[in-house]
Amino acid sequence: MREKWNETAQVISQECLSEGIYSLWLKTENIAGAARPGQFVSLYCQDTSHLLPRPISICEVGEDSLRLVYRVAGWGTHEFSQLKAGDSVRVTGPLGNGFPLERAAGKKAVLMGGGIGVPPMLQLAKSLQALEGEATPAAVTAVLGYRNADTFLGEAFEKAAQLKVASEDGSVGTKGNVLDCMREQQIEAEVIFACGPMPMLRAIKAYAAERQIECWLSLEEKMACGIGACLSCVCRTSEKDAHSQVDNARICTEGPVFEAGSIEI
Amino acid sequence: MDINTKVTIAGVELKNPVMTASGTFGSGMEFAALTDLNKLGAVTTKGVAIRPWPGNATPRIAETPSGMINAIGLQNAGLDTFLSRDLPFLEDYDTRVVVNVCGKSVEEYCEAVERLDKEKRVDLLEINISCPNVKEGGIAFGQDPRAAAEITRELRKRTTKPLIMKLSPNVTDITVMAKAVEAEGADAVSLINTLTGMKIDIRRRSFALANRTGGLSGPAIRPVAVRMVWQVAQAVKVPIIGMGGIACAEDALEFIMAGATAVSIGTASFHDPKTAEKTAQGIEQFMRENGVKDIHELIGCVR
Repeated sequence: MREKWNETAQVISQECLSEGIYSLWLKTENIAGAARPGQFVSLYCQDTSHLLPRPISICEVGEDSLRLVYRVAGWGTHEFSQLKAGDSVRVTGPLGNGFPLERAAGKKAVLMGGGIGVPPMLQLAKSLQALEGEATPAAVTAVLGYRNADTFLGEAFEKAAQLKVASEDGSVGTKGNVLDCMREQQIEAEVIFACGPMPMLRAIKAYAAERQIECWLSLEEKMACGIGACLSCVCRTSEKDAHSQVDNARICTEGPVFEAGSIEI
Repeated sequence: MDINTKVTIAGVELKNPVMTASGTFGSGMEFAALTDLNKLGAVTTKGVAIRPWPGNATPRIAETPSGMINAIGLQNAGLDTFLSRDLPFLEDYDTRVVVNVCGKSVEEYCEAVERLDKEKRVDLLEINISCPNVKEGGIAFGQDPRAAAEITRELRKRTTKPLIMKLSPNVTDITVMAKAVEAEGADAVSLINTLTGMKIDIRRRSFALANRTGGLSGPAIRPVAVRMVWQVAQAVKVPIIGMGGIACAEDALEFIMAGATAVSIGTASFHDPKTAEKTAQGIEQFMRENGVKDIHELIGCVR
């Protein structure tokens, strides 16, 4: 069993990065020390009439701090967006498996993030760049898809990877999505790590399968417990999952990162 | 002051009256890193069937005011995996084990109960005849007193372990169901399971859950559950395990005073994994503060 904690974290800072997108730095006792790229945390509302924790991906990991970059999508995330330095918030984590960094050893790694799937790619890029010796990737390229020129986190990615951008309205980078950008910029990938909306992930899975590129996708689903007990957040798997004994795996525990060929999406 | 928080259900002593509700606590394993299972009166495991069940399509849950609706569909890994992986895990903990059983036919329930009867670590069996999210089984037995009586009778023949029948609130008169299972040898009843509900996603103009309907749980249903526990307490002699939206000791005490011998923490464990542990502590603290020496002074004290 992976270690996880339920603790009260202190808000270090919060800023609005773009319309509806917030960046929250939290000081944690134990969670940050164990967190890896691609994992997530559960954040709890103060208002107990909203009782389910909200799963939020980890954007950056400091020594004893975590950065969460999230979109305000409803009541819970709205409450979190009001948090100020010095406030506290209850958190469980780190949760889920995270990205398999070792799969990038010696390979050209392409990190694809779409919309609010962009944030978890940042710690992944930083962690891949920090690898040494045989574990070092041959290249780390981030291909990020945005709606428009509002390319939140773009500057941070410039320091952590070769950055390529696509925008739906064409105002910056390639007009279109991350795969349009791959084609237009002729980006070569030997392993793909991706997070974003389901249509994007489906397209990336097909793109990778066609070209026989190893591909890892981070999924999202409505969760209740976040720790593998309630079986709310399952994903269809191509083969029988060892835990569930059926073709369903828990996104919060066996995932959120899956090898693209192992899941039916 | 010496305080007694021990309660007994069909001869099985619980160190305190706080249990976990089936389906909200996995097999205990998932919560063990976040709360101390040794502090609980009992752990009730997620419903298990004779063979693995895949459950419903997603989305399976949605939050609602002070609650949630779920339609997991009793996904479970089957009895073989339960016996080889989940039950041995609980071996190391000082708490009672209640195994919740589901099935699609009387035969399936019987087969599961016969096998569980042989397992030493199983202290009590809870029979789910009230899941609103599975067409084939569960609720089919839980809304018809004759069917509930028949399945209780069949299971009674197959086990000497205490049998708890878990009742549905989705009936006209829950006391009729409670009396029906008591008459056929049920050792206890647990109530309530979830209330059938629905949520519409207005942006998608569709159901929030893939199953369309789901079971409503959480503090939103607590007053309904307290009322039903009180009604059943006036109608039967067997012990009642009360549940439905309990989030703290004060909530639990309402159920106990209404007539529940023990209580289960369900949805609240999602909001705080330590809820059950804290509830047990809180009950003891309430007793200390109010000069209550024995929990039995409180059980059913409100008539």
